[in-house]
Amino acid sequence: MNIWDWFYVQEALPYLYRGAVVTVQATLLGFAIALVLGLVFAIIRHAGGPLVSRAMAETVEFIRSTPLLLQVFFVYFVGPQFGIVIPAWIAGIGVLGIHYAAYCSEVYRAGIEAVDEGQWEASTALNLSPLRTWRVIILPQAIPPVVPGLGNYFIGMFKDTPILAAIAILEMLQRAKNFGAENYRYIEAITMAGIFYLVFSLVASAIVQAVGYWLNRRYHLT
Amino acid sequence: MSDAPMVRFENVTKRYGSLTVLDELNLDIAANEKVSIIGPSGSGKTTVLRMLMTLERINEGVIWVDGEPLTHEQRNGRMAPAGDRHLRRVRGKIGMVFQHFNLFPHMTALANCMEAPVSVLGLSKQEAEARAAELLDMVGLADKKGHYPIQLSGGQKQRVAIARALAMRPKVMLFDEVTSALDPELVGEVLNVIRKLGAEHNLTMLMVTHQMGFAREFSDRVCFFYGGRIAEQGPPDKLFNDPENERTRQFLSAVLEAG
Repeated sequence: MNIWDWFYVQEALPYLYRGAVVTVQATLLGFAIALVLGLVFAIIRHAGGPLVSRAMAETVEFIRSTPLLLQVFFVYFVGPQFGIVIPAWIAGIGVLGIHYAAYCSEVYRAGIEAVDEGQWEASTALNLSPLRTWRVIILPQAIPPVVPGLGNYFIGMFKDTPILAAIAILEMLQRAKNFGAENYRYIEAITMAGIFYLVFSLVASAIVQAVGYWLNRRYHLT
Repeated sequence: MSDAPMVRFENVTKRYGSLTVLDELNLDIAANEKVSIIGPSGSGKTTVLRMLMTLERINEGVIWVDGEPLTHEQRNGRMAPAGDRHLRRVRGKIGMVFQHFNLFPHMTALANCMEAPVSVLGLSKQEAEARAAELLDMVGLADKKGHYPIQLSGGQKQRVAIARALAMRPKVMLFDEVTSALDPELVGEVLNVIRKLGAEHNLTMLMVTHQMGFAREFSDRVCFFYGGRIAEQGPPDKLFNDPENERTRQFLSAVLEAG
């Protein structure tokens, strides 16, 4: 018996491929939620009154201080006891998105706080509306510098997607494990999954770098 | 020049915690008047401008602009602290130029001057661009329209900032130590623009400055602030040549000695 058998590689490939699609979809959808919701969190934290801002900070802290797996379990297994039944796919991606939104909001916040106070004052002096000030003055300066930080969480979320297996979503790593169990051959499937994670992470990190570079140039911040 | 002042500070007090920065300030500024505010640091002079621009809330008193209260509004027949809508409307009469320019770094000089006229005044792009181009021309930067702030010198940035404020057609212009962050050789070009403004436009101008020569030559009136109060005020010739207050004398001799 060989250590590495190409036969199993061939067998596992289509099976793993379907899992890879699930993994990528979960990552993209989850991160889209995290990006948008994280920004909303950060803006509420900055623009809300003392009470609202405090409540937002506590919420973010709460989400960051409990394990992702626990949050997934809570929504998927505890929810139904109170009549809240959410399909696994929506629960999984939703929790991933909200969990990482908490982390992203801190990254956004760092970017927002780094914008010079004078930019707010000039916006007031020119009578710009709060919405216009955020959209046209503050965020274009706050976001490009923190793209690398957001990108780290993008890759972090990608590597956390195997947690979805805990609520019976057949993502890639789970499929690799199942394949191994069915064929009594783990090495090929698990290795292939590993290579896929590695390649995706490297490509994603290159894309993040390019986006950061492009945004900084677009807004003349370098 | 009408009788009602363009700007009126009425018993205005500003405190930071237990520190009183301005103590029952009373100051009237007539339409088209040019007033310079001088004084040692910590005397509250910049706070005067910042309160007028609504960057700082006042603790007591009322500020009036062009005959109506800025800090308060009539609500149910009573004077109540101004809400956002009221503030936005009255604030539109005031423009401000800052010590550190505060240009928007991600916009060209032209876009800096167009942003507020388009989004606040509702001008079309063409109208706003024509207005911005004309003002940049007036401050001598017609050839820098497409430049970003990072590509401009300090003096050029400050001239763009002046054009940007003027594009909103304010009645009152505030200048907060606008030459303090500049290299000495760039001060003149900014002061020249302010001189030109004073001569060619109907603007009420209020400036905090350390340029004693300029304050003397340009202002109708100079106010010397000390410890949160106006210690002395009067026409520049009187205040600089024959100050009555001992504090004024000490301050002037210290400043003029330093060059």
